Amino acid sequence: MIEVVRPGPLATVQDLGRPGYAHLGVPRSGAADAPSLRLANRLVGNPENAAGVEFTLGGAALLFHSPAWISVTGAPLDVRLDDRPQGMNTPVHVPEGGTLLLGVPPRGLRSYLAVRGGLTCEKTLGSRSTDLLSHLGPAPLASGARLPFGRVDTPMTVDSAPVPPLPDAPILRVVPGPRDDWFVPEALTALTSALYTVTPAGNRVGVRLEGPALVRAREGELASEGMVTGALQVPPNGNPILFLADHPTTGGYPVIAVVRHQDLPAAAQLRPGDEVRFRLS
Amino acid sequence: MRAVRRAGDGGLLVETAGLEDAHRLHRALRDAAIPGVTDIVPGERTVLLVAEPDVCDLDRLAARVATLEAGAAEAEDAPPVEIPVRYDGEDLGEVAELTGLSVREVVERHSAAEYSVAYLGFSPGFGYLTGLDDALRVSRRASPRTSVPTGSVAIAGPYTAVYPSPSPGGWRLLGHTDLTMWDVRRDPPSLLRPGLRVRFVPERTR
Repeated sequence: MIEVVRPGPLATVQDLGRPGYAHLGVPRSGAADAPSLRLANRLVGNPENAAGVEFTLGGAALLFHSPAWISVTGAPLDVRLDDRPQGMNTPVHVPEGGTLLLGVPPRGLRSYLAVRGGLTCEKTLGSRSTDLLSHLGPAPLASGARLPFGRVDTPMTVDSAPVPPLPDAPILRVVPGPRDDWFVPEALTALTSALYTVTPAGNRVGVRLEGPALVRAREGELASEGMVTGALQVPPNGNPILFLADHPTTGGYPVIAVVRHQDLPAAAQLRPGDEVRFRLS
Repeated sequence: MRAVRRAGDGGLLVETAGLEDAHRLHRALRDAAIPGVTDIVPGERTVLLVAEPDVCDLDRLAARVATLEAGAAEAEDAPPVEIPVRYDGEDLGEVAELTGLSVREVVERHSAAEYSVAYLGFSPGFGYLTGLDDALRVSRRASPRTSVPTGSVAIAGPYTAVYPSPSPGGWRLLGHTDLTMWDVRRDPPSLLRPGLRVRFVPERTR
């Protein structure tokens, strides 16, 4: 069992989410940077969809009441076990009574902890993910929270994984539409040539961006329609919101373009103040 | 042929002739159980397909969906769900004032209509119900409430709805039901689903 001494700014339990319920208004949720959680799980011999912890800007301290193999992936940060530095993207053995300390990532936003055996908090609709929009799944971790974990027999076969560093100014590839025809032609050009800045108002629902306003070509309201992760939804003020894991299942603002799925992990690592570009592909 | 729009490299937004067509297509797509499709989400005039990009060939899926015969899909034949309502909502008087009707007429018109679940969204189990009497069309409140209790029956624009869980909300409250609209331990967790018919049955107010 793991005791949360200090969760940092925001820490939530995440697996790969609860697909299949969107028609009932349930977001998919799950790790915002899913490949980082999958990697963390592979490193400790877990199935890729095992539940771990998603940390936002690190800053956490965890006390292990039982020994465990763990791994930390995602936004790079200082990992210490009782003051001894440890590597990221590699399995680390934590003895009983060990305290794991996570620093603050100098870049990127979300780091992931996997524990061999996976966290075994109760499932809601088939998933242990915390959905901050719908308030499904475990509550965000608070000091004193206790995290049980299970056992697996699959061997640990990966020693360490090479992970490319996060880019300084990421370029996210987008597919235009489905509602690019709701905007003046210059809007898509502006979106794919200007720099957009990440505002502090973002969360697991979406990244809020500021830059050249994306101007509509038509008045009126869009009939509410289904929304995908990666959608760049444009409210009347013209500043796009990039939908992440906990995004609402339907929406009434037009989506000018959608970020390609391979670039969603980079989108999930955008932090307030970061600058980002979009490119048609 | 249906117009099929791309929603990124893992989604297709299919245009429909309207709400009924969206529900028919929704059912037809569900019946088709296409491998790699994880979610099928009806909207007012669309159906969104969410697919695993690594599993699904989106071009082939788009071609298949464009020519899919939805007419053959079974019509929604479940009897209407009856939702008992205590019409004692906080905004009942205000709605009467806005519509020029008496409180009694508001209740009569709201409970006389047969509704259909257009789509779900906003929060899990929150169904947007169409079929509202035109005389009951009112705008949302200028300032939303920070917390609307579970079971609140409300109207806004062309829709009526029941709040399945406590949440902020700007709709006008007509009453309350004790029926459980949303329960994660139930399968399915939501009482409502797209296309389902709904009636509101007045309970005697205390």
